[in-house]
Amino acid sequence: MLIADSPTLKYMIENHIKLPEGSIEKQTTTLNLGPTHPATHGVFQNILELDGEKIVSAEQTVGYIHRAFEKLAERRPLYQITPLTDRLNYCSSPINNMGWHITCEKLLKLELPKRVDYLRVIIMELARISDHLICNSIVGVDTGAYTGFLYVMQYRELIYEIYEEVCGSRLTTNIGRIGGFERNFTNKAFEKLEQFLKEYPAVLREFEKMFSRNRIFMERTMGVGPITAERAMNYGFTGPNLRAAGVDYDVRVHTPYSSYQDFDFSIPVGNTGDCYDRYLVRDEEMWQSLSIIEQAYQKVQEFKGAESDVFHANVPEYYLPEKEDVYTKMEALIWHFKIVMGEIDIPPGEIYVSVEGGNGELGFYLISDGGRTPYRLHFRRPCFIYYQAYEELVKGGMLSDAMIVMSSLNLIAGEMDG
Amino acid sequence: MVLTNEIIGQRLIDKFGNDVTGFEEPYGMLTFETPKQNNLKLLQFLFDDEVLRFRFLTDLQAVHYPSKVGRELAIVYHLHNLTDNIRIRFKIFTDINDPGVYTATKLFACANWMERETYDFFGVNFIGHPNLKRILNVEEMDYFPMRKEFPLEDQTRMDKDDEMFGR
Repeated sequence: MLIADSPTLKYMIENHIKLPEGSIEKQTTTLNLGPTHPATHGVFQNILELDGEKIVSAEQTVGYIHRAFEKLAERRPLYQITPLTDRLNYCSSPINNMGWHITCEKLLKLELPKRVDYLRVIIMELARISDHLICNSIVGVDTGAYTGFLYVMQYRELIYEIYEEVCGSRLTTNIGRIGGFERNFTNKAFEKLEQFLKEYPAVLREFEKMFSRNRIFMERTMGVGPITAERAMNYGFTGPNLRAAGVDYDVRVHTPYSSYQDFDFSIPVGNTGDCYDRYLVRDEEMWQSLSIIEQAYQKVQEFKGAESDVFHANVPEYYLPEKEDVYTKMEALIWHFKIVMGEIDIPPGEIYVSVEGGNGELGFYLISDGGRTPYRLHFRRPCFIYYQAYEELVKGGMLSDAMIVMSSLNLIAGEMDG
Repeated sequence: MVLTNEIIGQRLIDKFGNDVTGFEEPYGMLTFETPKQNNLKLLQFLFDDEVLRFRFLTDLQAVHYPSKVGRELAIVYHLHNLTDNIRIRFKIFTDINDPGVYTATKLFACANWMERETYDFFGVNFIGHPNLKRILNVEEMDYFPMRKEFPLEDQTRMDKDDEMFGR
């Protein structure tokens, strides 16, 4: 910043040093934070106007990894859309997959066996834990504590191993089918789940011990990026970010899907909506998720006899048959072929279904005109909607706070750009 | 008193008369349409009314129906009453050659990017929007890709000679 009659300026005039026009009048610095910046955890850009270290204004640019999922979905049969949903919020892709399958099931008016619902709940809550775990530990990284992040990675790994037992893949899971799961949970999967339930509480307590009352962490996050409940609702916040502002809205409770009404859990809320509250809400949600998983696992174990092997609904038109049947039974072969080639007509209808994703209400608005592919599919992507509030959250704060706000909102570039 | 679809529908008809039409309940969600010049009045009424209280804009997007001449673009609003936990959806239709509708940004801050996205993909011109420019696509783009006149490639086409992939 140059002041009009400073010695520097005088020197420059005397020596015929020319600056670009406007650079003397301008009192602020423009900083391009991103699109590829090691601290942004994803591909998005912030153009910050800085007065010293203070943020005067921010302009967010998104769309660097836009992949036109909505357009692609218009030419794809239902099953080929599941892998697209993986790539929205890739920290908790099973929730997206199941959200999509639940949407299809609602459209087709399918009734699911209870055991399938409970198994889904187990997987979805594991996904929520892994999502929140990453978010909270990344907030830790941005405040300067790397250890917690590396430590909890081990348990995200265990969650990924459970996915692997169930569906064969880890990050972009493509888990489940319309009507249930592709295969029953193996004993190994249950063993790993038990191991997780046994070991994880101690880890989470240790993680809390490292952050929750840590002086440095508290000073860096308290009062940073606050938002009132009213503004948060006006900005379309959902999920932990809205709850941190004090609104107890949770899709799992408001419009229960997948038998969430059978479980006993509470919704943590904050009151200031700042980074610290968001951290605390996510932290408590992990405990709640853990309790839901325990309840669900108990319920799964209560099924006896033939019921204990049910892992999908009986819907041959939409459920991909088992490979063994495809090779030996004519009917299974026909259905397999029709489903894989996308030759199943979807009944006409218009439906909006939402699930509680890792960072908010993940909605699917599906219009079918009776063809084989959706006529229109729109994803309500929570990240995209609440990233608008970023400027309001960081305005007047410090540059280093901008990073923490970004990571504590749990912004996932894949979900934002759709 | 539990807020039901019938009460909402009746209240809207009392207020707007013939301007709200086409009431349906696909999969339990009240759906209706209104003339496009009416959208802000309706949103404001739904927001302010002490019974309805639809103060959360869940989603906003467009759908293109090339066969409906004169009303090709539908803009769909999903609203949520968090207090009574009920959702509604309403649509406005607009001519594709005159796609101007009023913006909801003054009422809902979240409508800003949703409208930009809708503009970006469908070319709906939101009148009064503070910053109506493309959001996910490049700014040099001169068409609106989600419209139906831009189909994706037919996966079974035979006329293409592609040595590498043997089509």
